[in-house]
Amino acid sequence: MIEIENVHKSFGPLEVLKGIDLTVKKGEVVTIIGGSGSGKSTLLTCINGLETIASGRVVIDGTDVHAKGTDLNKLRQKVGIVFQQWNAFPHLTVLENVMLAPRKVLGLSKEKAEEIAVKQLTHVGLAEKLGVYPNRMSGGQQQRMAIARALAMSPTYMLFDEVTSALDPMLVGEVLDTLRMLASEGMTMICVTHEMKFAREVSDRVAFFHQGIMAEIAPPEQLFDAPQHTETKKFLAATH
Amino acid sequence: MFSTALTWSDLAFLAQGAGMTLAVTAVSVAAGTVLGILFGIIRFQFGPYWSAPLTFALDIFRSVPLLIQLVLGNALQSIAKMGWPPFTTSCVVLSLYTAAYCTEIVRGGIDSVPVNTRRAARSLGMSWWQDMRYIVAPLAIRVSLPSWIGLTLGVMKDSALVLWLGLIELLRASQILVTRLQEPLFILLLCGAIYFVISLPIARFGRYLEERWSPND
Repeated sequence: MIEIENVHKSFGPLEVLKGIDLTVKKGEVVTIIGGSGSGKSTLLTCINGLETIASGRVVIDGTDVHAKGTDLNKLRQKVGIVFQQWNAFPHLTVLENVMLAPRKVLGLSKEKAEEIAVKQLTHVGLAEKLGVYPNRMSGGQQQRMAIARALAMSPTYMLFDEVTSALDPMLVGEVLDTLRMLASEGMTMICVTHEMKFAREVSDRVAFFHQGIMAEIAPPEQLFDAPQHTETKKFLAATH
Repeated sequence: MFSTALTWSDLAFLAQGAGMTLAVTAVSVAAGTVLGILFGIIRFQFGPYWSAPLTFALDIFRSVPLLIQLVLGNALQSIAKMGWPPFTTSCVVLSLYTAAYCTEIVRGGIDSVPVNTRRAARSLGMSWWQDMRYIVAPLAIRVSLPSWIGLTLGVMKDSALVLWLGLIELLRASQILVTRLQEPLFILLLCGAIYFVISLPIARFGRYLEERWSPND
């Protein structure tokens, strides 16, 4: 379970998270929507400790992420994150990209890491691209590779940070299909997205962020069809 | 008709000088590169404020002419009664000179690796060291290699200045032959040709690596 309690985060004088509370249970899919600069992506990076927080707590399966002495490298093995930019390792083939962390972080043998990498790449539809370098693939394929790379660590939780935002509209579908597949398999996911149809379809709950606060959180039917907060109404009206 | 008083033993003497040039260059570039990597990582990791004293010290080595550094280095080791032979003094001074330039090459190389790529590595649970070893180093080396090859070739030519400490390297060997045989043009041409021949494999090796890596990037 991911428990986020009264999390505040600032970049210099700008407070980007103003007391966020959110609990995500195992198997749950929570999507976060909201305008640019509302703190959605920052929250994800605070969850796996890539960013520090000013106050509050993020607790994952009983481990306080931001407490002194927490082994963040170990914690990140169970919290995968995929970013807007796929951030492929350009000097490694697709297979090597996915094998690297299982080999070096988990200490698996080359054969075992390769077996896992091939399985995950097949899972996201890239079985034909094992020996290809990332720069020879489309953005959608690179993003699916990034998803396979995160999945190869067998994470308990997956965080997706606007994974389709940098993609050509033609390529969005293939990445969303991969996320739908993961959701249907019961993966615990927090997705920051601008894809409202997708959010409505896969989420157990949808959260709306506005200027660093979580203005509203509700099941998708309620949030999209009967939003309570004025800003949620404005945002949804603008995106339709 | 061309004729010269140059003998086979003179050629062997030049080859010995070239051997000394290669030895001074190899030791200085190797030590300078190790120090440069260390200082480059410190410069990158600690930022401009905390690494200011190191930057200042390295700026001295980059600003003061190498000849002055060699003469001062030799004088200092003599005053400090270190008893270093000219080869050691030459290598120490040239290593620090190389390190000063290599530091910036390394820092620039690390800086060229996108922050998001490093973030992706850390988000997979990699430690700082694993990120440096498996992601930053391979990418930074690709960016830094052309500059490092240029530095190595530069140090090889600059190493001619160690003749002032009495070391008989290629240029000093040529000077001695010019004085004895009075054939300056031919001997300096020969000396230049030898410099070219020993530089060529390094430049070619660098180009080979660049071509080998470029299709993937």
